[in-house]
Amino acid sequence: MTEELVTVTIDGLQVSVPKGTTIIEAAKQAGILVPHYCYHPSLPSPAVCRMCLVEVEKAPKLMPACVTAVAEGQVVRVDSEKAKKAREGVLELLLINHPLDCPICDQAGECELQDYVFQEGRAGTRYSEYAKRFSPVEDFGPDVLYVPNRCILCTRCVRFMEDVAEDPVLNVSDRGDRAYIGISSEQLLDHPWAGNVVDLCPVGSLISKDFLHKARAWDLDKTASVCPGCTQGCNITIDTRDDIVVRLRPRPNLEVNRHFMCDYGRMNYRWLNRGDRIEAPLVRDGGHHVATDWDTALDRLGQLIRGTSGSAVILATGRASTESLGLVRRMLDRISVTAVVQVPSGEEAPLAAVPNLALRAERTPNVTGAELVGYGSDWTAGLLELASAGLVIVLDAELSQSDLDFIAQSPASVVLLGTIFPEELRNADLVLPITTMAEENGSYVNRDRRIQRYNQAKSQPGMARPAWWVAGEAIAGPGPSASAPATAAEAFELLGERWPVFAATSYDDMGFTGRVLMEPAIASGGSKSARVGTL
Amino acid sequence: MGYPHPSHPKENPVLSKHFGDPEARTYDGWVKRGGYEGLKKILRLTPEAVIEEIKTSGLRGRGGAGFPTGLKWSLMPKADGRPHYLVCNADESEPGTFKDREIMRWTPHGLLEGCAIAAYAIGAERCYIYIRGEFTDPYKIMDQAVEEATARGALGDNAFGSGKRIEVILHRGAGAYICGEETAMLNSIEGKRGNPRIKPPYPAQAGLFGMPTTINNVETLAVVPHVVMRGGEWYKGLSLSNPKSTGTKLISVCGHIQRPGNYEVTMGTPMKELIYDMCGGMRPGRTLKAVIPGGSSVPIMSAAEAEDCLLDYEGVVAKGSMLGSAGMIVMDDTTDMVYQIWRLARFYAHESCAQCTQCREGTAWTTRILERILAGKGKQEHFQLLLDLSDNMTGKTICVLSDSCAAPIVSGIQKFRHEFEAYIQGAREPALAAV
Amino acid sequence: MSATAGQGGSGAGAAAGAHRGMSEHGSAHGGKGTETAPYERVFKGERLARLEWLFTKYPTKQACLLPALWLVQEARGWISEPAIGEVAEVLDLTPAYVKGVVTFYTMYHTHPVGRHFIQVCTTSPCNICGAEDVMKALLRETGCGDLGATSPDGRFTVIEVECLGACGFATPILVDDDFIEGVTPEKVSGILQRYQ
Repeated sequence: MTEELVTVTIDGLQVSVPKGTTIIEAAKQAGILVPHYCYHPSLPSPAVCRMCLVEVEKAPKLMPACVTAVAEGQVVRVDSEKAKKAREGVLELLLINHPLDCPICDQAGECELQDYVFQEGRAGTRYSEYAKRFSPVEDFGPDVLYVPNRCILCTRCVRFMEDVAEDPVLNVSDRGDRAYIGISSEQLLDHPWAGNVVDLCPVGSLISKDFLHKARAWDLDKTASVCPGCTQGCNITIDTRDDIVVRLRPRPNLEVNRHFMCDYGRMNYRWLNRGDRIEAPLVRDGGHHVATDWDTALDRLGQLIRGTSGSAVILATGRASTESLGLVRRMLDRISVTAVVQVPSGEEAPLAAVPNLALRAERTPNVTGAELVGYGSDWTAGLLELASAGLVIVLDAELSQSDLDFIAQSPASVVLLGTIFPEELRNADLVLPITTMAEENGSYVNRDRRIQRYNQAKSQPGMARPAWWVAGEAIAGPGPSASAPATAAEAFELLGERWPVFAATSYDDMGFTGRVLMEPAIASGGSKSARVGTL
Repeated sequence: MGYPHPSHPKENPVLSKHFGDPEARTYDGWVKRGGYEGLKKILRLTPEAVIEEIKTSGLRGRGGAGFPTGLKWSLMPKADGRPHYLVCNADESEPGTFKDREIMRWTPHGLLEGCAIAAYAIGAERCYIYIRGEFTDPYKIMDQAVEEATARGALGDNAFGSGKRIEVILHRGAGAYICGEETAMLNSIEGKRGNPRIKPPYPAQAGLFGMPTTINNVETLAVVPHVVMRGGEWYKGLSLSNPKSTGTKLISVCGHIQRPGNYEVTMGTPMKELIYDMCGGMRPGRTLKAVIPGGSSVPIMSAAEAEDCLLDYEGVVAKGSMLGSAGMIVMDDTTDMVYQIWRLARFYAHESCAQCTQCREGTAWTTRILERILAGKGKQEHFQLLLDLSDNMTGKTICVLSDSCAAPIVSGIQKFRHEFEAYIQGAREPALAAV
Repeated sequence: MSATAGQGGSGAGAAAGAHRGMSEHGSAHGGKGTETAPYERVFKGERLARLEWLFTKYPTKQACLLPALWLVQEARGWISEPAIGEVAEVLDLTPAYVKGVVTFYTMYHTHPVGRHFIQVCTTSPCNICGAEDVMKALLRETGCGDLGATSPDGRFTVIEVECLGACGFATPILVDDDFIEGVTPEKVSGILQRYQ
C-alpha cells in the first residue's frame, strides 16, 4: 500500500508527509519544532495548552498544530508575528502563578517552560500585584511527588494513566484557575509504569523522589543505552554525574518502548555504581591472589584453556553483551562446552495500551542474544555438568550458595570474569576484572530478536576491560595481534564469522534504535531446540 | 396569556401563547390546544420532507449561535445502522437568559413534540434533554410530561402507532455553565467533566457516545411543531427586517426595567419598542445607560446603540454586538459599570472548565485586575493590560468562554472608560476592599 | 469571592491531603470502621433498582455517573469519599475518575452541609437588582455569617451561586429543591421560617 502524500509549506520549507499527519509532526519533518506542552506523540491530543497555535493561510483563526491535519498546498507559519504573540500570551499566563523556583527545581535545565520563556517569553511579569497561588507538595506514590505550584495543567500525566496505563488514578480536580491534578484517597500512583509521568511532565511539577535534588540537569552526561532490566530491551538514556549513574530515563523507540520505561527498569541502576569492584587481574598464588598485569593474566588464561582436559562449563550473566557471550564461547571452541545463562524471573507487568510492551518475566536483557550464541537457560543443567568439567568460566554471574557448592565440589579450574569478587570464590585460579554494561560498548538482543547497541556511559574502574576484549585477546593468542578486536563493533564482526545470523548486520547498521535479526537463525550456531547449548 | 405579564399587543405570541396557563401543561390540555398534531402529521412524511420544511422556514438556532436548523439536521448522515441521537440543550445558564425555563415550565409538551419531530427527522430513536441542575421545577414538570406522553403513546416504542420508536430521557446537570456548550454537554451526558471538545469531529459525525448527534436549543425545538403545522412559508414571513432572521423570538428582559419578563416579538422589532412600550421603560426618574442584548457573553451596547437597534441577528451585529441567546440585561444610570463588568468576569472565572490556558488563567487574572481597580488600586497601565489579556483570550481557545469574558471588558472600556478612570483617579469611593 | 470559588485555590491541595488521611478509617469496602460507623451502601433496595433502571437508559455505565451522584446526594446530603468509592465500584470506574467529575460540578457537595442548603444568585442581572443585599440578609438571618459556612444550629448553609437562570424574577434563591423567585431582604425571614 502506498501512502498518499500531502505537500505543505511550513515557514517557507516544503515538506511532503502522509495524508492525515498533524501540522506539528509535519513541522518536525521540516526540522521545525512548534512549541507545545500538552501534545505528546504517545498520548491522545487534547489541544488544551494552546501553545502550538500556528497561522494557517486562509484560516480565520490561529490553529492548534497538534490536532490540525495538513492539507495539500497548505501554507503554515510558525514564526509569524501573530503566532509568536499568541505564544508569548500563553507563556505569560502560565507564569503568573508559577513559582519561578528554578534554582531549587529538579526540572531546571530540561524544563520546557524555562526553555520557551527564554526563547520567546516576556522579559518581566505584569502580575506583580498579586500573591501567587500556593498549594503544598503532595505525595502521589512510591516515587512521585506533585508540586502543584509548578503545574501548568497540561494533563499529560492524567492522560498517561487513563489512556496508556489504563489505570486512571489521577484526575483534574475542580475548575478554572483552582484546578489541580488530583488523586484518589483510596489509591496511590504505584502502577508499575507510573514513573513515566515524571518524564512526561514538561515542568517540575511531577518529580522523582529518587532523583530529588540529586543533580542539576546541565551537569549530567547522557548516554544512549538499553535497559538491562528485562528482555523487553527498552531504549534508555543513562544519566551520569561525575561518572556516577544518577538516573535512567526512557529514550524513544517507537518499535520497542515508544517513550516509556517501567519503574523496575528505571530504579535498577545502583549496581552500576558499586565501589567494591575488581580493579586488576588476579592470579592465585597458593592461598591468596596476586594482582598482575593483563599480559600475565591473559597468558595464564591461555594456559588454563589449553590445559583443560574434558569439558568446560560457562556460567554467564544475562546482562553480558552478545559480543562478550559470543567471544567467551568462541574462546573455548576446541573444547566441549556447556554454556548457560542466568535468567532471574519476576512477574510480568504490561503497559496496557501499548501492544507488545511489558516488564517481562525474564529479568535480564540478553536471553535471546545468549541463545543465539549457544547458551542455554537451564541453569541447573550447567551446574550438573560441573562434576565432570575441567574448566569453569564464571562470566559475572551472581552465584548463590548452592552454585558455589557445586563449583567447590567440581574438579574444574575456575576462571572468574567478573565485576565483583565473591568471598566464596577464593579458590578461583584466575580473576579477570570486566566492565559493567554502563562501562563498555556492546549489544543486547531483545525477545523479539531486535539487536540494539548500548554505549559506554562511565569510565571503567582500574584495569577492568569488557569481557569481549578479554576473550578476543585470548582467541588471538599472545603477542600483538591484528585479529584481536579493539572495539565492540569489531567484536561484533567476529560473531558474524561464527554465527551467520549476525553476518548480515553491523554496528552502523543497527544505529541507535536497533535492527531485527532475520532468519536463518542459528543454523550453524547451535541447535534451536537445545535448551542447554552443548555443542 | 403571557407570564408573568399578559401579552402586550406588540408581541407576537407563538411559543408564549400559553405561558401562565397551568392547564396547557397537561397532556390533555395540550392536545386541546392543538398539541401533537404536528407530530402526527410528520410521522406520515419522510424525514427529508420535514427537513425541507424547516429549511424553508429559515429557522435558526435559538441557543446563541444562530446556525440554520434545517441545515444542521441535513448534516446528519443517512441511516447507517448506527444509533443517532438528539440532544436538547436545556442547560440555560447564560446570565440574562430565562426563556427556556418558561417554555419547560408552561409548555412541556410543546417541547416534547418538537423533540419527537426532530428525532424523527434526523433518524434518532433517543433524545436526551439536558436540564441544568438548578432548574428543579422545570425538571419535575418535564418529567411528568414525559411520563404522560409515553403513557398516552405519543412517545415510546411506537409513537402514535407509526412503528417509530421515540424515547425521551431527562438528564440532570449539576452546576456547570459550560455544559451549555454543545460538546461539553455531550461529555457531561457521557459521565465526564464538562470539557468542551475539539472540533472536528463535529457532533453530526461523532457526537454523543461517538455517534451522529444533533444538539438543539429548547426554544428551537419548541418552535418546530408550529412550523410543521403552519408551514415553513408562514414562519419565513414573520420577519420585519432581514430575510435571514425569520420567525418570532423570545426575548428575556431583566435588570432595571419596569416589567421584566419574556417577550415574544417578530424578528426585526425595534429594541426601543421592546424596552419602552412592552416592558414599560425605565424605573421612574431613571434613564437607560446600557444594554447587554444577548446574554452576558456579548459586547455591551450604549443606550444610543440600543435605542437604534433592530432585534434580529443582523440588526444587533450592526450595532456592534450579537443577539446571542436574546437575554437582554438592561442597565440604568445608577449602574456601576465597572462593578458589573467585574461581576461578569468573576462569573466566567468561576465557570472556566480549566482546559485552555488563556481561559483558565486569563479569566481569573482579568477578574483580579478589575477587583483592584474597584478597590481604588487601579493604574493607567491596567487599561492596556486588560485589553492585551482580552485579545489573548479571544479566538484562541477550544470554546468561546474566554471570548465571552473578554467581550464585556473590551466593550466596557470602549464605552465607559470614564467610569474606570473615576476609580483609578480616586474620584470615586472604592467599591471593594483591597486585594 | 464566592464560596464556591473559595473552595479551591490555596486550599485545594491541603483538602485533598486531609481526605487521604481520613480514608484510612471507615473505607468504602468492608473497612473495619472502628473509629467511624461502618459505611452503609447507598445502592441497595430501591436506589439500586433506580440505578439499574438508569443502566437501560444509557449505552454505557459511565453515562450514569451524574444521575448516580444525584442519588447519593439525595440519600446522604453530600458525597463522601467512601460514597465516591461505591459509585466508582458500581459503575466500573476508579475513585479518582469519579472525584475529578464530582469536583467539576458545583452542585455536588463534597462536605456535609446544613439541613437546608441555600443558593442565592448574585450574578450581574440579579446583582443590579439588589441580590447582594438579599445575600447579606440570608447570611444574617440564618446565622451562617459567612458564605459556605453552616449555621451553628446546623440548619442552614448559604452559598452564592452563579446565575440561576431566572433573571427576570430577581432575586431567585434555591432552598434545597425549592426555587423561590423575587426574594427581597424583607422577605428573607418569612421564607426561612418554612425551613426548620
